[in-house]
Amino acid sequence: MALLDVTNLDVRFALRRGDVQALRDVCFSLERGERLGIVGESGAGKSVAAFSLLNLIAKPGYIAGGSIHFDGQELTAMSDRGLRHVRGHRMSMIFQDPMMTLNPVLTIGEQMVECLKAHRRISTKEARAISLRKLEQVQIPSPSARLDQYPHELSGGMRQRVIIAIALLLDPDIIIADEPTTALDVTIQAEIMALLLELCEKHNVGLILITHDLGVVSQVTQRMLVMYAGRVIEQGPTREIINDPQHPYTQGLINALPQMATPGARLNQIPGSMPSLDNLPSGCAFHPRCGFVARADGSTRHACTDEVPDFVTSGNCRVACHMVAEMLDRERIPAEEIR
Amino acid sequence: MSSTAHATAAEPASPLLEIRGVEKRFSLSGDFLEQLKFKGGKLVREQKHVHAINGVDLDIQRGEALCVVGESGCGKSTVARTVMGLLHPSAGEIRYDGERIDDLSHKALMPYRRRMQMIFQNPYASLNPRMTIQQTLEEPIRLHHPDWSTQRVRDQVAEVMASVGIAADWGARYGHEFSGGQRQRIAIARALAVDPEFIVADEPISALDVSIQAQVLNLLMEAQQQRNLTYLFITHDLAVVEHFGTRVAVMYLGRVCEVAPTATLFARPRHPYTQALMSAIPRLEDDRPQHIRLQGEVPTPVNLPSGCVFHGRCPHANARCRSEIPQLIAADDGSQVACHAVEEGRID
Repeated sequence: MALLDVTNLDVRFALRRGDVQALRDVCFSLERGERLGIVGESGAGKSVAAFSLLNLIAKPGYIAGGSIHFDGQELTAMSDRGLRHVRGHRMSMIFQDPMMTLNPVLTIGEQMVECLKAHRRISTKEARAISLRKLEQVQIPSPSARLDQYPHELSGGMRQRVIIAIALLLDPDIIIADEPTTALDVTIQAEIMALLLELCEKHNVGLILITHDLGVVSQVTQRMLVMYAGRVIEQGPTREIINDPQHPYTQGLINALPQMATPGARLNQIPGSMPSLDNLPSGCAFHPRCGFVARADGSTRHACTDEVPDFVTSGNCRVACHMVAEMLDRERIPAEEIR
Repeated sequence: MSSTAHATAAEPASPLLEIRGVEKRFSLSGDFLEQLKFKGGKLVREQKHVHAINGVDLDIQRGEALCVVGESGCGKSTVARTVMGLLHPSAGEIRYDGERIDDLSHKALMPYRRRMQMIFQNPYASLNPRMTIQQTLEEPIRLHHPDWSTQRVRDQVAEVMASVGIAADWGARYGHEFSGGQRQRIAIARALAVDPEFIVADEPISALDVSIQAQVLNLLMEAQQQRNLTYLFITHDLAVVEHFGTRVAVMYLGRVCEVAPTATLFARPRHPYTQALMSAIPRLEDDRPQHIRLQGEVPTPVNLPSGCVFHGRCPHANARCRSEIPQLIAADDGSQVACHAVEEGRID
C-alpha cells in the first residue's frame, strides 16, 4: 500500500445559495520518496486538493466524502489533536508567498525553535542547533546570523529557503508545496526548485508540487495529475503526459505554450475559459471548449454533453475522456477502482 | 552616452521612439526637513535614492515588437512608464517620431498620448469598477476627439469591440462581471480605441492562466498585423519573448546589458547574465535542469555597485569590470552587448 492514498475525495463549500463542489472524485496515491505534480489553471481545485490533505480547508469548506489514507491512518476521521501530530511533523507545507507564511514579529530562529518545541521535548539550545543545521542544508549564506534576523531583512529567495528549512525541520515524510516559486524570479525559481529536488532526493521525502507551470512539473516530478473544474482529468508518469498528452485539455494546455509554436506564428489557443464551479456544464465539464465533441466523420458524440466521463487506461496513464475511451475501445474502469 | 554604439550600429531611417541616456531616481529621504541629520556635531543634509534606471539607450523601430525582459526590480516597468510620460526622467531624453517628448507640458503631450497607449498588468485594477464597458471604451475617444458626434464615438467603439472579439452586449456590463482574460481583452480594446500607432504593454499576460495567455497573445499579434502597431512589450517570461518579440533588450539593475534580434539572442546569448537567465527557463524537453547558478542575489538599487552592475555575481568579472561601466557595443550579428569580457574576447 502506498504511503498516501486518496480515494474519491469530495470537498464542498457550503454557501448560502447551496453547496459548491470544489473537488469531486479525486483519487491519487503517493509512494515514499515519490514526487507528484498537480497541474491546472486557477480555479481547477489544485490548492483545495492540497489543503484538504491536512484538513486545512477553512469554513465554509468541508470534506464531504472519500478517504485520505496516510501511513495506516485515516486522516478524514482523525481528531484535531491527532491531525496536529501529522501536520508539520509527518507532512509539511510550503506556501506561495513566503512573506505571508513567516511571522513578521518573530526572528527566524524563534519561529524555528517554536515549531520544534511544539512537537518535541527538547531544550531551546538543542532546538537552535537543529535549526542551524537545517538552515545550512538549504544553503543560506551565513546561517547563524540569519537565526536572529527578522523575515523582512531577507530577500524573497532567502525567505523561501527559510520556509523550506522550516518544512524540513521535523523530517517529514511528505512536503506539500503550493506554487512555491510563483512569486519569485526565474533565476531564483531555478535555484529553489533545484534545492527542493536535491533535498527531497537526499532525505527520501515525498513531494506534492502544485503549480500551473508545466515546465517546472516536467523537470521536478515523476508523476502528475491534470485537474480541470474540480476533477482530475488525466494522471500518469510526467514524461508520458508531457510527450503524449491524451486528454484534449492537456493537449490544449501544452500546445498553448509559446515554446510549442513557431516564433511569430499564431498560438494554439483553447477557446473560452474554465467554467465556474457552481455552474458546471453537463456531461464532461470541458465539452464546451473541446474540439473533439464532433467525431471525425461529423457526427456528434452525445456522451460528451450528457455523461460525466469515467477513467480509461491508456498506456501508463489514466484519462477521463469519452473521445479517448471510444478510440481505445477498451473496457472502462469505474472511478472507484482507480488508485 | 553610448556614442560608440550608435556610430557602429546599423541604424535604419528614423526610429519611432528613441530613448537616450535616460535615468530615473526615486528619492527615499522624504522632504527637506527629513533629510537633515546630525553627524559629528554638524547638521548635514542626506539624500538617498533608488536608482531605478541608469542610462538606458534604446531605439524602437516602426512596426517591431521590442521586448524588455529582466527580473523584478531591474527597471523594466520604469522604462515603460517613463516612455509613456507617466514618470519624468531624472536625466536623458526621449524622442517620439523625432520630437522630444519628455519635457513637454501635460497639454502639449496630449497629441502624443493619442498615438501611444498603454496596457497594464493587472486587468482587475486597470478597469474602473464604476464604469460600464461602453463608458470605459468611450472615455479615451471623447477625451482625444472632443469634436466627434456621439454617433461617431459609438461607431468607433463598436468597430474596436468587434476587432478584439468583444460581443456587443458586453457594453452595458461592468468590469467585475468578466474573467481576467476577458478584462484584458477590454483593456486592449480601450488602448486600441483611439487608433494608436505605438503600444506599451507592461506584463499584459502575467496575471493570466496559460490557456488564456495564448488567447491574449494571439489578439495582440493580430492587432499588430491589422493596424501596423509598434510594441514595447515588458515581460519577465522569456518563452513569450521568443514567440512575440522582433528584438529583445535584457535589463539588469537599471541598465540594458544586451539588445539583439530575438532569434540571435536565443541562438547565442552573449552577456553572462543573459546566459544565466536563459538557462533558468524551465523547459518541457530536458528532464534535469542544467542551469547556470549565479552567486548571491541582485544588489539593492540604492547603493549601486561600481563598474559593471553585474560584476558581483558574474563568473567572468575582473578588475576592469569592478571599476569601469561597460557600454553597449554592437557586434556583426546585429546584437549589442555591454560586457567587458565579451568586448575583450575573454568569453565567447
